[in-house]
Amino acid sequence: MLPLVETKDLKKYFRVPDGWLHAVDGINISIDAGMTLGIVGESGCGKSTLGRLLLQLLEPTDGIIRFQQKDVSSPNKGQLKELRKDMQMIFQDPYSSLNPRMTVAEIISEPMRRYRLYKGAELRERVVNLMNTVGLEQRLENSYPHELDGGRRQRIGIARALALEPKFVVCDEPVSALDVSIQAQILNLMMDLQEEYGLTYMFITHDLSVVKHISDEIAVMYLGQIVEQSPADRLFEQPRHPYSQALLSAIPRPKIRKEQQRIILKGEISSPINPTPGCRFAPRCIHAVDACRTQNQELIEVDQGHFVACQRYDEI
Amino acid sequence: MQSREETNRSRKNYSLWLSAWRRLRKSRMAMFGLALFAIICLGAIFADVIAPYPYDFQNLDETFQFPSAKHWFGTDSVGRDIFSRILYGGRVSLQIGLISVLISVTIGGSLGAIAGYYGGKTDNLIMRTLDILLAIPAILLAITIVTALGPGMFNLMLAIGVSSVPSFARIVRASILSVKEQEFVEAARLSGCNDAHIIFSHLVPNIMAPIIVQVTLSMALSILSASSLSFIGLGIQPPMPEWGAMLSAGRAYIRNYSHIVLFPGLAIMATILSLNLLGDGLRDALDPRLKN
Amino acid sequence: MACVTHLIRALRISEQVMNMDEKILEIENLAVEYRTDDGVVKAVNGLDLTLEKGGTLGLVGETGAGKTTTALSIMRLLPDPQGVITSGSIKFAGKDILSMSKSELRKVRGKHISMVFQDPMTSLNPILTVGDQIAEAIRLHEKISHADAAVRAQSMLERVGIPANRYSEYPHQFSGGMKQRVVIAIALACNPQLLIADEPTTALDVTIQAQVLALMNNLKHDFKTSMIIITHDLGVVAEMCDRVAILYCGEIVEYGSLEDIFERPEHPYTKGLFSSIPDLDTKVPRLTPIPGLAPDPSKLPEGCKFANRCSMRMPECVKADPPVVNLDNLHRVKCLLARGKDAKRHATLG
Repeated sequence: MLPLVETKDLKKYFRVPDGWLHAVDGINISIDAGMTLGIVGESGCGKSTLGRLLLQLLEPTDGIIRFQQKDVSSPNKGQLKELRKDMQMIFQDPYSSLNPRMTVAEIISEPMRRYRLYKGAELRERVVNLMNTVGLEQRLENSYPHELDGGRRQRIGIARALALEPKFVVCDEPVSALDVSIQAQILNLMMDLQEEYGLTYMFITHDLSVVKHISDEIAVMYLGQIVEQSPADRLFEQPRHPYSQALLSAIPRPKIRKEQQRIILKGEISSPINPTPGCRFAPRCIHAVDACRTQNQELIEVDQGHFVACQRYDEI
Repeated sequence: MQSREETNRSRKNYSLWLSAWRRLRKSRMAMFGLALFAIICLGAIFADVIAPYPYDFQNLDETFQFPSAKHWFGTDSVGRDIFSRILYGGRVSLQIGLISVLISVTIGGSLGAIAGYYGGKTDNLIMRTLDILLAIPAILLAITIVTALGPGMFNLMLAIGVSSVPSFARIVRASILSVKEQEFVEAARLSGCNDAHIIFSHLVPNIMAPIIVQVTLSMALSILSASSLSFIGLGIQPPMPEWGAMLSAGRAYIRNYSHIVLFPGLAIMATILSLNLLGDGLRDALDPRLKN
Repeated sequence: MACVTHLIRALRISEQVMNMDEKILEIENLAVEYRTDDGVVKAVNGLDLTLEKGGTLGLVGETGAGKTTTALSIMRLLPDPQGVITSGSIKFAGKDILSMSKSELRKVRGKHISMVFQDPMTSLNPILTVGDQIAEAIRLHEKISHADAAVRAQSMLERVGIPANRYSEYPHQFSGGMKQRVVIAIALACNPQLLIADEPTTALDVTIQAQVLALMNNLKHDFKTSMIIITHDLGVVAEMCDRVAILYCGEIVEYGSLEDIFERPEHPYTKGLFSSIPDLDTKVPRLTPIPGLAPDPSKLPEGCKFANRCSMRMPECVKADPPVVNLDNLHRVKCLLARGKDAKRHATLG
């Protein structure tokens, strides 16, 4: 089965006064149709930048992006317009991702109007259908975003993303800003939609419990690189990279834990500006040796579909 | 029992403007400004109906009359009714204020929007050029333009309009900068919007608040500038009444017949004051911090 | 000999009981309203809460439940004039907070009750060095010299895991996690008896959150501070707290020890919260969210405020406010479904 979305050695560097900021540094991913790839990491790891690169909201510094086996790394205007029909995004902030001056119907119909796909009564019908699909009451058609709560606003964002019937949807922390009881509603909705429309998701989040629930495969990012990638369940049963292990152990579980050994990382994340060669996690890693600090870590396949970027993986 | 859904239904079309208006109503100063400005506008619009005399009707038997029942504001050096001249003068001032601001907003706003949206070299080029313009004192700039193009109402409006372009550009640019990083702009790109559509249909409607405030304050400044220019003889030519020109003409008689300068002065002051009060009130009412 | 050990044991237990009984905070029937242009919002409705000395209470609720309002009320920091405490009493270490004058309150804030807010970015003054901000907090409440305050500030920095030589650095030179540590240092500088932390780690990355929570736990043991942790994250509660209060629409719908709430939740909302969280250890095909939305706080319904979302709703639930049922000495729940349960417990114990 050929992948729907692929990247090869994708890089994005930003020019800053002190040098170059390596936001995304050599990412290789491959997502099959109908699958969900979860991208997990903390702030500064580059996950949001990766999502935006795939949607051509940012231009890659280097590397290749392929969609349906075609190179889309630097599309021209016409190609871009076509691509946008197939690749969409659900944003994190249900407050700033909707234009405060537009009504719900205007927001949802905008993609279809820009592409002149439907007009008049047909357009309106399509908007109503989309609203039903995402669980928005029809009477909210003429409401403004500020009149509605976070959960409803996020549903508007989802309806908008689906308007052009895309194949691939990047979900950038879509439930992080919502209350716990609403998060569950939206996650269920997203999973139902995936099944019904055969959507492919890239699910970006820092919340490990959410990502486990929705993903087939998970990639853990740290400072612009993937440090571990594996099928979802396996990552939680057997995290091999020290960072993944610390990340998993750091999550506060809603269970009473009796004196559990927590891996508390020391220090802070190092700077992504002009990084030196060697493992970028080494400064905080309890297992780090000299070799780690000088040699770049490549992803090693330790099990079927399970990759780790740590040369000491079998010693820890 | 009413849930949030039902509340939303009852507030279905509660736009942001309505809530701003409600906030504006609470400020007594702003309402006073609005009322005063409305009176001045009505006086100017209905001058034909309200004015007891034509503005250029000279009655040499009734020169230098103090305010009386026959001439509410008295008469000037050639017997013209000052009250009528104030009303017609209002027409002139308001037109100048409005149109010059329209010129500034369109040109300045577009330049600011383009500079703010594209950033980089475009931004630098536009803003540094406007900085050069800013370096020239506004009155001097206006004088230069009027001298080059000749006196007259349209040239006056153009001159004043151009001198306000940098301040509008700056305000629009700053507002665009703060809004363009919002996620809904990215969403608009993904929806197939091109740059022009994003700037004018998405960004501009969201930055109306500071623009509106600046419009009221700029109108006040324009009227003042027009009066200043007319005062030094570069603006409106007689016999068309203009408050600044009336001030200038009445200068010579200020000691004995101060009413000739008092009323135009008061008219200028009232207009500027009302616009400033309104502008301040609007700034508070449209404050985005209060919106959420 | 045996009776001496018995005596000592009895004394220790009674000391414990005495300490346990010593309540640092007693809130009774608190009601708080916000008076806005759009109407009156009832943020807190009849809240009862006590905190024993040395205990850590988790105040759990979602957006709009009234957690921050409760915290601000304790410190009398509600926005003026919109926020009004309409009824109830708040006693701190036996003293009535609501009747204190402004100058008395100023002596209490920072010295006896301290607060840590959610967003470390805006909690620190950008133009003062971090050391000076800690020193200032100390000097406000204790009459010591600048030099002595600086020394104390340096030791506080070390206590929160920041090298003392960073005293003269400015907030923008620190990351989010470190800024939050500075905020904690300021809050604990005068060794307050009560620390209120409002979502202290929500804005931080998960690995940094782990660091900061571990720090707070250590400091709690060293300083013997009583704490109220306000959060929506049940995981944080499990880490930090020994008592839990579940807040919904400005009321405490369930209260108990950590075990009571996590192992024996009674209120449908509490149970709903637990089942909406994706569990790391088990995989379910679909989550069980709580349907519907919380009611509009400016138009609260009669009867149980959770009724419209409750799967176990009975006709009587919408008619009158459900009573508080005491399930055992600590665990209480505000729900009609619990009606028979206190009787049952008494029956088995009796």
